[in-house]
Amino acid sequence: MISQFFVLSQRGDNIVFRDYRGEVPKGSAEIFFRKVKFWKEDEAEEAPPVFNVDGVNYIHVKVAGLFFVATTRDNVSPSLFLELLQRIARVTKDYLGVLNEDSLRKNFVLVYELLDEVIDFGYPQTTSTEVLKSYIFNEPIVVDAARLPPLGPASMFMQGTKRMPGTAVTKSVVANEPGGRKREEIFVDIIEKISVTFSSSGYILTSEIDGTIQMKSYLTGNPEIRLALNEDLSIGRNGSSLYDYRSSGGGTVVLDDCNFHESVHLDSFDMDRTLTLIPPDGEFAVMNYRMTQEFKPPFRVNALIEEAGSLKAEVLLKVRADFSPSVTANSIIVQMPVPSYTTRASFELEAGAVGQTTDFKEGSKRLEWCLKKIVGGSEHTLRAKLTFSQESHGNIMKEAGPVNMNFTIPMYNASKLQVRYLQIAKKSKTYNPYRWVRYVTQANSYVARL
Amino acid sequence: MAPPLPSGKSPSPSQPSGKSEVTDLKLQLRQLAGSRAPGADDSKRDLFKRVISYMTVGIDVSSAFSEMVMCSATSDIVLKKMCYLYVGNYARCNPDLALLTINFLQKDCRDEDPMIRGLALRSLCSLRVPNLVEYLVAPLGSGLKDGSAYVRMVAALGVLKLYHISASTCLESDFPAALKSLMLSDPDAQVVANCLHSLQEIWNLEASSNSDEASKEIEALYSKTIIYYLLNRIREFSEWAQCLILDLVSKYIPSDSNEIFDMMNLLEDRLQHANGAVVLATIKVFLHLTMSMTDVHQQVYERIKAPLLTLVGAGSPEQSYAVLSHLHLLVMRAPILFSSDYKHFYCQFSEPSYVKKLKLEMLTAIANESNTYEIVTELCEYAGNVDVPIARESIRAVGKIALQQYDVNAIVDRLLQFLEMEKDYVTAETLVLVKDLLRKYPQWSHDCIAVVGNISSKNVQEPKAKAALLWMLGEYSQDMLDAPYILESLTENWDDEHAPEVRLHLLTAVMKCFFKRPPETQNALGAALAAGIADSNQDVHDRALFYYRLLQYDVSVAERVVNPPKQAVSVFADTQSSEIKDRIFDEFNSLSVVYQKPAYMFTDKEHRGPFEFSEDLASLSVGAQSADNVIPAQRYEENDSDLLLSTSEKEENGGPVHDGSAASAYSAPSDLNGSSLSLNSKALTEAALINPGLLTSTSEPTFAIDDLLGLGLPVTPAPPALILNPKPLLDPGAFQRKWGQLAISLSQECSLTVQGAAALTTPQALIRHMQGNSIQCIASGGRPPNYKFFFFAQKDGASVFFLVECIINTSSAMAQIKIKADDGSISEAFYALFQSALSKFSLP
Repeated sequence: MISQFFVLSQRGDNIVFRDYRGEVPKGSAEIFFRKVKFWKEDEAEEAPPVFNVDGVNYIHVKVAGLFFVATTRDNVSPSLFLELLQRIARVTKDYLGVLNEDSLRKNFVLVYELLDEVIDFGYPQTTSTEVLKSYIFNEPIVVDAARLPPLGPASMFMQGTKRMPGTAVTKSVVANEPGGRKREEIFVDIIEKISVTFSSSGYILTSEIDGTIQMKSYLTGNPEIRLALNEDLSIGRNGSSLYDYRSSGGGTVVLDDCNFHESVHLDSFDMDRTLTLIPPDGEFAVMNYRMTQEFKPPFRVNALIEEAGSLKAEVLLKVRADFSPSVTANSIIVQMPVPSYTTRASFELEAGAVGQTTDFKEGSKRLEWCLKKIVGGSEHTLRAKLTFSQESHGNIMKEAGPVNMNFTIPMYNASKLQVRYLQIAKKSKTYNPYRWVRYVTQANSYVARL
Repeated sequence: MAPPLPSGKSPSPSQPSGKSEVTDLKLQLRQLAGSRAPGADDSKRDLFKRVISYMTVGIDVSSAFSEMVMCSATSDIVLKKMCYLYVGNYARCNPDLALLTINFLQKDCRDEDPMIRGLALRSLCSLRVPNLVEYLVAPLGSGLKDGSAYVRMVAALGVLKLYHISASTCLESDFPAALKSLMLSDPDAQVVANCLHSLQEIWNLEASSNSDEASKEIEALYSKTIIYYLLNRIREFSEWAQCLILDLVSKYIPSDSNEIFDMMNLLEDRLQHANGAVVLATIKVFLHLTMSMTDVHQQVYERIKAPLLTLVGAGSPEQSYAVLSHLHLLVMRAPILFSSDYKHFYCQFSEPSYVKKLKLEMLTAIANESNTYEIVTELCEYAGNVDVPIARESIRAVGKIALQQYDVNAIVDRLLQFLEMEKDYVTAETLVLVKDLLRKYPQWSHDCIAVVGNISSKNVQEPKAKAALLWMLGEYSQDMLDAPYILESLTENWDDEHAPEVRLHLLTAVMKCFFKRPPETQNALGAALAAGIADSNQDVHDRALFYYRLLQYDVSVAERVVNPPKQAVSVFADTQSSEIKDRIFDEFNSLSVVYQKPAYMFTDKEHRGPFEFSEDLASLSVGAQSADNVIPAQRYEENDSDLLLSTSEKEENGGPVHDGSAASAYSAPSDLNGSSLSLNSKALTEAALINPGLLTSTSEPTFAIDDLLGLGLPVTPAPPALILNPKPLLDPGAFQRKWGQLAISLSQECSLTVQGAAALTTPQALIRHMQGNSIQCIASGGRPPNYKFFFFAQKDGASVFFLVECIINTSSAMAQIKIKADDGSISEAFYALFQSALSKFSLP
């Protein structure tokens, strides 16, 4: 059971602190923060999400640059704690619209109110945004998301994590629109994180898609919803029957495995690939899926490093967008580690380059190339000249790379999983809520070896 | 702690300037207390928020207690909630003032709004003030019978809170019985779940004071009626409560395999739940239910693979880490079942190192003939990685795979390529590995030594790597042309070697080299011995002196001691004992899996009641054995596809090298042989070391001087009959420590008399009987037909303790006994005593 729950800012301040059982000393937040900050002094290692100091277990998740922490003395299920912490963050976001340090500070009383209902004496009670609605009386003080700096210093906590791209929905489930009326709308986001590793010859070594169909409903009266997916969707790579001729042909989507939110009824799923559900309030994952079926990677990456005289080398990076010109990828970052004895790097962008920046990160010894946008079908190159402080021993290719790429591609999905239609049980003829179905693909680990 | 951000007009706190702020707040609160003016509630809200925010950042605002209470007479529910929060936080340190709140809380408990009733009852129970318990009983009693589920839900946990304030009041008011009937009848699932939470905690705490009633109540919770009642309703429960129920179910022992299959079919769809906690709890049930059905158990592994991999990809990095840790545990237990899934365990660029480490271990474990090439190729990619700690781990992984002897040839080539990369840390790690490889596969020495010989010792700085290089120089000095000269130059720079480990190895290497190439090494040897004897480090000094005297005594004896012919090492010792691994498996879906340690190693002793210990034992017995499977070992033996042996059994099976003789390696008696054998060889060595003259007569080639022998105990003459101390003292904490530290010295199975088995209806009977034989019980548990006991005894007049784990199955009248002892050599004598005591149970 949970002994304490607290939320810390990235500087280690308590924003919310709730002691449920009085078994763990009060200074726990400070102990936690010091441990996380200085996990290992010699090696730049991150603290694991679960650790034990003096018999107290500290379990935490990082959300929006904040630490959501639970402490306990018992040998609990780590998954249960981590899921619960994540859920608390999500419920809080449902209420506040935006989850960040500022919105939490402005609404901490509301958060306490939530915490009282979510956990009692260390035991989880309800985390359903809908059920909680009847117990929550504070009105959220909504922070305007647009005026906030984009993540700000909090972004340093985002690095290296598989954070989902921010869905544009930033309104509270309880706050009313200006004008007093709620807008009837529902958002369905198909979010895919893709991992691809290319060998030095450009051959795909591994590829995987981890996808989520995420829903956020602002419909009153909780109508039933039918969500239809590709008719030829099949699940279970090994389980699919040998006589299934379609699976060998193109176009079929084969998922390795998937799981569903509790509210989803699968009665007709086997027949027509339709999910039926009454969506609860707030944001939730309708379905998570995983696919290792081959797919066309959105980008081709070429990297070359060559010695050019003593103490010098040249780097050539090339990125080609293999998708339709109607689609545009954004916030692309290409990183390439270079030999540790590199002292300087000078860059040469292609002629007429717009919205591209380059940098040599001295500390981590890597080249960084940022592109605001890449339009489908286009190709971009970067040349760099490196200066070394010592002769390279032997194979310079072994001293550099691999190239790693980050990007977001809206309205593109690698798996070809589609929402064929989204049907809302009609209450009346005039009832026609807004429906948004959006696709986005994001790099999880997109690596090209040298 | 830093103060919160100052933020303009918002009601969040501005920076407090100390005590004056609190005084100011008190003043303002007092002014508002009686005010009925319009807008007064809004001002109160602002003030309350400031108070709460001070409380959050750790400023003591308890001095405003009376003012807060004065302001609490309000109908504004937001104000009420803040006031409850404040009161709950400070009542404990201000018990007198807390009395002030009782009045309005009690009134609120009778409010017509169920929400107010619930909130007030929750706050009332959260005051944690012992002298106020009398005010709790009545509201709790009516709360449990309230028409609103919300109030009942609060009341069910309220009983537990009351128990923590005053256990006697709680029990005397008969609340547990009320909870139990509520649990079995309430239509609201969360009320049922909260009743279960409270009952479990209350009875577990009660059981620690050895109350029979409590153990019976706990047993009742695991009864078929209750388990089935909860399972049939499981879909009504919230996902969190489902986890609670699944945990309870995992401790249930079904009576036959039909029951097992019914339960598994019922829970099958829980594996598709989006909540990882539910999936893992379900998996635990599946694994534990099928423990004794090897084939089905293996099917379970196949079935849970996909959901686990999906969870790893789906959640936040933290969530995937927790799932991955469990996957790691399963992979380590049954690597073969995962051998085709190796690509899932490739490291991804952005993953934190704690994830990469787990994945590297998994890749190492599942490498076999079919996938070694791919895995090693992938690992070699990481070896050049910018992330140095991971690069090191990857090289070690390659080495471990080589030691598992799949296609060593190719791997040795790769390792040698590492040496050519000329990166300091790569060279260092590789040297250590090449050394281990040579110890296992001396036949590769020719290829390895050629490459190792090219490495300049100046490029090797890390002590471990340097020690490895020195070992190779000493061992293969006949094959390395300039070995004596490298050693000589290293000896000349004796004082530059900061690590004693390196100096020790240098001494030994010079000695070995001397026996092989005396004329070239003589100078270096003299210098090394002189430097060693003058060394400030005790070990180095002692070793140098020892070598010196050995040489003085007889050079050929010295050679046999320092440089005997070596037998290749067949299996390197596993760092974690198999018993610990099994224990972690029994604690599936808990922190033990993440820490890779059983619970007793990290839970704080002070805060553990003995009950938790016995609870662990109860779950252990479920894992080890189920009702219809009395002698699991034999069943495994009959099965060809014995992929899923518990690890301990697997290890007894021995390494692949001496597989041929492992025909009946599982059964307990062979274990006994093993231990007595090692005792003999220990005795031999001891004798040999004491009397060097003996050495010549016992120089069998297999008599390798192994590290283990250094631990040999002085040979005791055949001990006189063992007499036990009638009143030994050992507290539970010490018992746990010892149990964790000592290895099993004897493991036996014996049968009980039929009368004995029949008489064993409660653990107490046997405990009293054993006490009469000077054997004390420290923990016991279990339900018929399985009982588990932990006993201890002490040798009379010595500080030698015997610890015993005894699992008794009354239906088969068999007992499994594991003995750990401070002095392993007399554990057999103790076993004889123990067994005779056990066999006399219930005989007149």
